[in-house]
Amino acid sequence: SPKKRVTVMLNTVHTQCCLSSLLHQPEQYCYPSIFIYGHRATGKSHVILTLLKELELPHAAVSCVECVSAGLLFEQTLLALFGADSAALLPRLPSLSDFVRVYRQVCAQQPAKQTRYIVLERAELLRDMEANLLPGLLRLQELVDDNVAVILLSEIVWDKFRPNTGCFEPLLLHFPDYTKGKILSLDSNPSYTPELYSSYINILLGVFYSVCRDLRELRHLAALNFSKFCEPLEKGEAKEGNTHKLWRNIEPHLKRAMQTVYLREVSSVQWGQQQMDEKEATALRGLSALAHVELPYYSKFLLIAAYLASYNPARTDRRFFVKHHGKMKKTSFLKKHEKTSNHLLGPKPFPLDRLLAIFYSVVDSRVAPTASVFSQISSLVTLQLLTQVGHDDQLDTPKYKCAVSLDFILAISRCVCVCETKYLFLTFGLWLLT
Amino acid sequence: MSKRKSREAHLAVGDCVAQVQRILRERFCHQRLPDRPVGLESQYKHLLELLRRTAVHGESNSVLIVGPRGAGKTMLLRCALRELLELQEVKQNVLQVHLSGLLQTDDRIALKEITRQLHLENVVGDKVFGSFAENLVFLLEALKRGDKSSSRPVFFILEEFDLFAHHKNQTLLYNLLDVSQSAQAPVAVVGLTCRLDVLELLEKRVKSRFSHRQIHLLSCMSFCQYLDAFRSELALPDDFPDSKFSQEWNLNKSLFKSVQEILQKHFNSCKDFRSLHLLLLLALTRVSVSNPTLRAVDILEASRMSSADSKANILHGLSVLELCLIIAMKHLNDIYEGEPFNFQMVHNEFKKFIQRKSHSIHNFEKPVVIKAFEHLLQLELIRPVDGGVCKVQREYQLMRLMLDHTQVMEALQRYPQCPTDVKQWAISAFG
Repeated sequence: SPKKRVTVMLNTVHTQCCLSSLLHQPEQYCYPSIFIYGHRATGKSHVILTLLKELELPHAAVSCVECVSAGLLFEQTLLALFGADSAALLPRLPSLSDFVRVYRQVCAQQPAKQTRYIVLERAELLRDMEANLLPGLLRLQELVDDNVAVILLSEIVWDKFRPNTGCFEPLLLHFPDYTKGKILSLDSNPSYTPELYSSYINILLGVFYSVCRDLRELRHLAALNFSKFCEPLEKGEAKEGNTHKLWRNIEPHLKRAMQTVYLREVSSVQWGQQQMDEKEATALRGLSALAHVELPYYSKFLLIAAYLASYNPARTDRRFFVKHHGKMKKTSFLKKHEKTSNHLLGPKPFPLDRLLAIFYSVVDSRVAPTASVFSQISSLVTLQLLTQVGHDDQLDTPKYKCAVSLDFILAISRCVCVCETKYLFLTFGLWLLT
Repeated sequence: MSKRKSREAHLAVGDCVAQVQRILRERFCHQRLPDRPVGLESQYKHLLELLRRTAVHGESNSVLIVGPRGAGKTMLLRCALRELLELQEVKQNVLQVHLSGLLQTDDRIALKEITRQLHLENVVGDKVFGSFAENLVFLLEALKRGDKSSSRPVFFILEEFDLFAHHKNQTLLYNLLDVSQSAQAPVAVVGLTCRLDVLELLEKRVKSRFSHRQIHLLSCMSFCQYLDAFRSELALPDDFPDSKFSQEWNLNKSLFKSVQEILQKHFNSCKDFRSLHLLLLLALTRVSVSNPTLRAVDILEASRMSSADSKANILHGLSVLELCLIIAMKHLNDIYEGEPFNFQMVHNEFKKFIQRKSHSIHNFEKPVVIKAFEHLLQLELIRPVDGGVCKVQREYQLMRLMLDHTQVMEALQRYPQCPTDVKQWAISAFG
C-alpha cells in the first residue's frame, strides 16, 4: 500500500504516525497550517510530496525560492489546485486580497470533497515578502472558508518566523536527522557487494561525519570517490576482504577532498580528471590560489605595507621602520589581553600618508611618488584587497583597511623578497604581533 | 416478551472511530462554533445587546473586542451574529461587511471590497468620486429602502483592527466611525484586535469619533474550569449513532484522573482554547481502530510534542565540528558576558581546545571551519549584530549566539555519541 512505502522512507515511527494520521481522512478537516522543520536533506519535501501523490490528494507544491513576488506564489497555487482558467482570473500584481477573492469565487463552483493542500518549500523566504503574507497563509482556511491546509517546510525553527503581534500558531512537526547507522544502510552500488560498499561508506563517514552531516554532500562525495576506492580491486592489487589496504589507498585521497572538492575550491570535473591523471605531484590549484598571482611589483609591496599599517599600532612604526631609533620603552602593548589582540579584532583603518611612509621604508629601491603608485592603490581597492573607509568625498585624507589574511601576505612576500634577510625581517615583524 | 430490536444502533469499531475523528476534527481544526460561548457570558450579552440595538432599533454603534490571540474574539462575534440572525426581521434587513486587516492592506482596496460585499458594483459603475467620504456616503445612500425613510442597517466587522490604524491618514476608520456618530445610517462598527494598546494607535480625530466601548476577553479561567473545558471539548454529542461507544468515550474515568498533572503544566503556560485544541488534536491522531479510546499516554505524548524545544531538536543534528564551535561561542559568552564575537575569536577558542584538551577532534583547516561556521549562520543559530553590512571581512564580522547556556548544555546531554572530551570542555568553567 502507498502508506507502507512511505513508512519505509521515514526514519522514525513517531513522525510517520503523526504525519499519516494528520493526513488520515481527507474528507475531514485538517489543521489549517502545519509547520515542518528539520535539517536539509532529511526528506521533508520528498516524504510530503510522495505521500500526497500516492494518496492522490489535491495539492499545490510551490518553492518560495521561485516566487520572487507573491503574485507568482498565488498563480502557481491556483494553477495546481484549480487549473489554468482560475489562474487567469488574477489581476496583474495580485495582492493577498485578490488571491482570496479569486479562490472563493472558484471554489464556490468546485467545492472541496477532500482537503486541498498547499505545500510551501523554503518557507523562511516568506518572511522577506509582504508582511501580511505569512499570517494570511497561516489562516487561509478561515479566510477562504474552504477545506484547505497550508504546509510550510523549512530548516529554520518556528520561533524565528513569528510576527511581532502574533499569528495563528501552526502545528509544529520535527523531521529528525538521519543517524549514522541509517546513513550506512541507505545506498548501494550494483557492481559490488553491499558489504564492500558499506565498508567504503564507513571509511568516508570516518573522515567526513564529524564535519558535515548533510546527506546530499555525503552522497556527492561518495559518488565522486568510489571509483578511486575500487581502483586496487580493479587492478587486482587487493581483494574485497582486504579492508586495510583499501583504507590506506583511499584515506589520503579523502583528506585531500576535504580541502578541495568539499570547499568547492575545485569542481567535481577537475577532481575526476585529477584522479584519472594519477600524478600525485600536481597539486590542484584551488580558486583561492588564483587570487594573488598577477599583481604588479609595487602593488605587492603596497599590500604588505597596508597589512603592516592595519595590524601594527601607529606608535610602533618608529621602532620597526626607522633605523637608529634608539631605545623604546617597553609598553604594555605586547602584554595585551588576548581578546583585544589585533588579529582577533580585525584590521584598523589607516590614513594614506601612513601607508606611503611604510611603503617607502619597505620597498628596497628608491621610488618616486608618481601617479602610478596612487593609481595602483585605487586598483587594489577595486580588487577588494583594500577597503576604503569613510566617505568618498574626503579627498585629502582617504583612509583604508587591509582586507587580506596573513597567509596571503606571506605568500606575496615569498614572491617579492629576493633577499632572504628582508623576508625574514618581514615575517619576524609580522610574527611578533600574532 | 418479544425482544424488540434495540433502538440503539451499534456500529463497527472502525466506523465509530471514523465518526469520532470527524466530529472532533471539525471542532478542533475547523473551529466549529460551540452552542454557547464558555466562560464569556457577560461579554456575550453586552455584544448581543449592542448589535441588536443597531439591527432592530436603528441605533449606530461602535465597539472594540480586545483579547489575546486564541481568546475567542471571532468565536464570540460569530455566536452573537448567529443568534441575531435567527430573528426574521434581522435576517432580511441587515447587511454585513467583513473586512480583514490582513487582506485589505489599503483603503482603496477596502473600499472596493465594501462595494463588492454590498453588491453595489453595478450601481457605482464607472463613477469617479472626489474623496473617500463621498464614496462611502454614496454607498450608504444606495442602501436606502424604497420609501427613502431610512437606510438598511449595516454591520462593519473589521478583523485585525490594529492593522487598519497603520493605513495612510486612517481614512477608512475615520469615515466609518464618522458615519457611526452622525445619524446618516444605522451602522455598527465592530473591531477585533489582539493589541491592548489599540486606542493609542488611533489619531485624535478618529479616537474622538469612537465610542470608547471595549469588550475585553481576558481569560480568567480557573484550573477547575480548565478541566471541565477539557472534558467538554472531548465530549461526543448526544446524537452520536452508537450510544454505548459515546458513553464510554465521554466517561473515560481513568483518563480524567491521570492527566491532571499534564494539564496543570499546560494551564500554567497557556490557558486559551486554541492551545487546548492543538493538544487534543495531537492526542486524537493516535486514536485508531487498534486503539479506539483515548489514553493518558496519548495525552502525554501530545504534551511532549507540543512543548518540545525546536532549537534543541536542530542542535541534535549538527556535526561535531559545528557543536564544538557552539561550545566555543558559549565560553566566549560566559567569559565576556554576552558581548558579540567574530569568527576569529571563535576559531581561537577552538584552537586552544584542540591543542590543549582534545584527543578525538582532528585539527581541521581554517576554510573547513569557516564552512561549518557559515552553516550555523544559515540555520540562524548565530546572527550578525548589524544585520549583515558587508563592509567588514566575513571573518571579522561581529555576531551573537541565539542560544543560551542551558539550551546548549541540554542539547549536549541528548547529542548522540558525543565525544567525552567535548563534553568535558563544555562543562569546564574557563576553557
